[in-house]
Amino acid sequence: MSAPQNVMEPPARLAWGEVRLSVEQASYAYGAGGERQAPLFTLGATSFQARQRELVAVLGPNASGKSTLLRLLAGSAKPLSGRVLLDGFETSAMDPRTRARRIAMVQQETSLLFPVRAWEYVLQGRHPYGHGLRFETPEDCAIAENALAQLGATHLADRPMHEISGGEKQRVILARALAQQPLLLLLDEPTLHLDLGAQVELLRQLRRLAEENRYTVVVVTHELNLAAEFADQVVLLHRGKCLRVGAPAEVYHPEFLTQVYGADLEVETSSRGIPRVIVRGGPRGGGELPRMES
Amino acid sequence: MKPLTPKRLAWICGTLGGALLLVMAISLKFGATPVSLTELLVNLWRVAVGTIAEIPSEHQMFVFELRLPRILLGVLVGAALSVAGAGFQALLRNPLADPYVLGVSSGAALGAILSLILAANRPLAMPLAAFAGAAVTIAAVYFLGRRSGEIDSYTLLLGGIITASFLSGVIMFLMTTLSGRDLRGIAFWLMGDLSSPAPVAAGWLFAVLGLAIGAIYTTAADLNLLLSGEQEAMHLGVDVPRVKLVVYLGASVLTGLAVSVSGAIGYVGLLVPHVMRMLFGSDYRVLIPTSALGGAIVIVAADTLARTIVSPTQLPVGAMTAIAGAPTFLYLLRRRLP
Repeated sequence: MSAPQNVMEPPARLAWGEVRLSVEQASYAYGAGGERQAPLFTLGATSFQARQRELVAVLGPNASGKSTLLRLLAGSAKPLSGRVLLDGFETSAMDPRTRARRIAMVQQETSLLFPVRAWEYVLQGRHPYGHGLRFETPEDCAIAENALAQLGATHLADRPMHEISGGEKQRVILARALAQQPLLLLLDEPTLHLDLGAQVELLRQLRRLAEENRYTVVVVTHELNLAAEFADQVVLLHRGKCLRVGAPAEVYHPEFLTQVYGADLEVETSSRGIPRVIVRGGPRGGGELPRMES
Repeated sequence: MKPLTPKRLAWICGTLGGALLLVMAISLKFGATPVSLTELLVNLWRVAVGTIAEIPSEHQMFVFELRLPRILLGVLVGAALSVAGAGFQALLRNPLADPYVLGVSSGAALGAILSLILAANRPLAMPLAAFAGAAVTIAAVYFLGRRSGEIDSYTLLLGGIITASFLSGVIMFLMTTLSGRDLRGIAFWLMGDLSSPAPVAAGWLFAVLGLAIGAIYTTAADLNLLLSGEQEAMHLGVDVPRVKLVVYLGASVLTGLAVSVSGAIGYVGLLVPHVMRMLFGSDYRVLIPTSALGGAIVIVAADTLARTIVSPTQLPVGAMTAIAGAPTFLYLLRRRLP
């Protein structure tokens, strides 16, 4: 098989509006604690663009650099080379408050040291808009209530966060991100602890939020079929290299996915032109990994 | 949805402030020499209207020269240790953090004793050395408590306890170099004691207390987010390195201040913030002022007990707080930590 190529053409399903997020040859390296030592992990130059109302899924096996890419997008890490622009501004150069007004991040795990109620948690999303002791204004409360309502979580408002189920918690966490009124919504494996029904519901909500609130949404996920169903474009990473960027139908080739994931996979295309990944039984087919040199 | 308003904050603090004044008045009344309530109220009125000369000299000595300075010292130490505890809990993301448990008080005590040996006659040397001792210790414990880049609750606590025991060893060693008369005073002071004639009249102690608590309080809204982790706080717009520096320096100053005037009083920084969380919630905008007032109430009350329980013998107040604090620590350890 020929080595996979970096597909840089714009996706087939174009969303509305101007380019909002622009990742230009951004790379990153985690040091081992000294400049002379070789880095422990590197993310090779990655490029893609996303418009408002567009949902981008970042895919790849474990330790492929997905979370690192998300940190570059969030501006919490500065690219070693290249840059990440949000509406023309470099995300890593923004001051923390400005960044929090434009970019909301939903982490893989959230741990709370002391009990808080759901509404208190959602109001934290208004933090970048306040000053001093940040006494919440009626407007902040209205925005927080609206965020909970948008996710159908109004009934959870007075419940303590540690007493609600995983799916409910995910909605409240997402509501806090909405309360930040961001342009760019980033989610790091939000489907991790959810059952299948809750996973579909979450992706459907993200799709709806992207449309209604004009967000650009970037989701890191392992769910290839959910990504195919809901994402406008996917970014496929493997061992710290960006292998392909494009619409799911362009990226999902059976031989290619089989080699990347080291499992025997087939791809079928539905009547709506959406690819479906099917796992085949039998021995793992990942004997030979794709050569990264494009 | 009932967010915190300045009015509600003022009500809570006003109520606790009233409770503190009440406890202080009760503490003025009780002691080895009892003072009748009427007598006390009449004399407090005389102080309020400025006719101090009418107060009987014996009464003035007991109430205003012996008890009142000690009570004010209790207010200072209680507020300082409780706010330091609340600060360390957020900074280290550990509900069991407390200046005493983490060995920070021992660090401050070591600094103070070194200053007594090396620079006995310099008035500012002791509090400065205590601050330096506290700051160095918390930095050491912070690094001891890290495992692969993350703060680990148990490693941090163990690191603190081992640091405290190491520092106690060094303190014992240094104490052998002191003469007998100093030795008894220092041994009593180490247990946590408010009876030493500290320069309470010096308003600068309260000024430093106010400055340090005020500095920590400016970060109160940020600390609420820091409790969910540094990354989360950063994504919500918190300038994490600045907040950590302010709380680290502020809490070290408060610990140094408390230890330099009263020795190592244990568990207040653990006990008080947890009680305040149970009463008023875990919002740091409420927790910091209520911890300051609650800490003052607890120490003044504990010291009143220490003065009266086996009167005329006086117990060190640290013994009282340890008796109440250690079981609380064990309760929280079993309940809170994963």
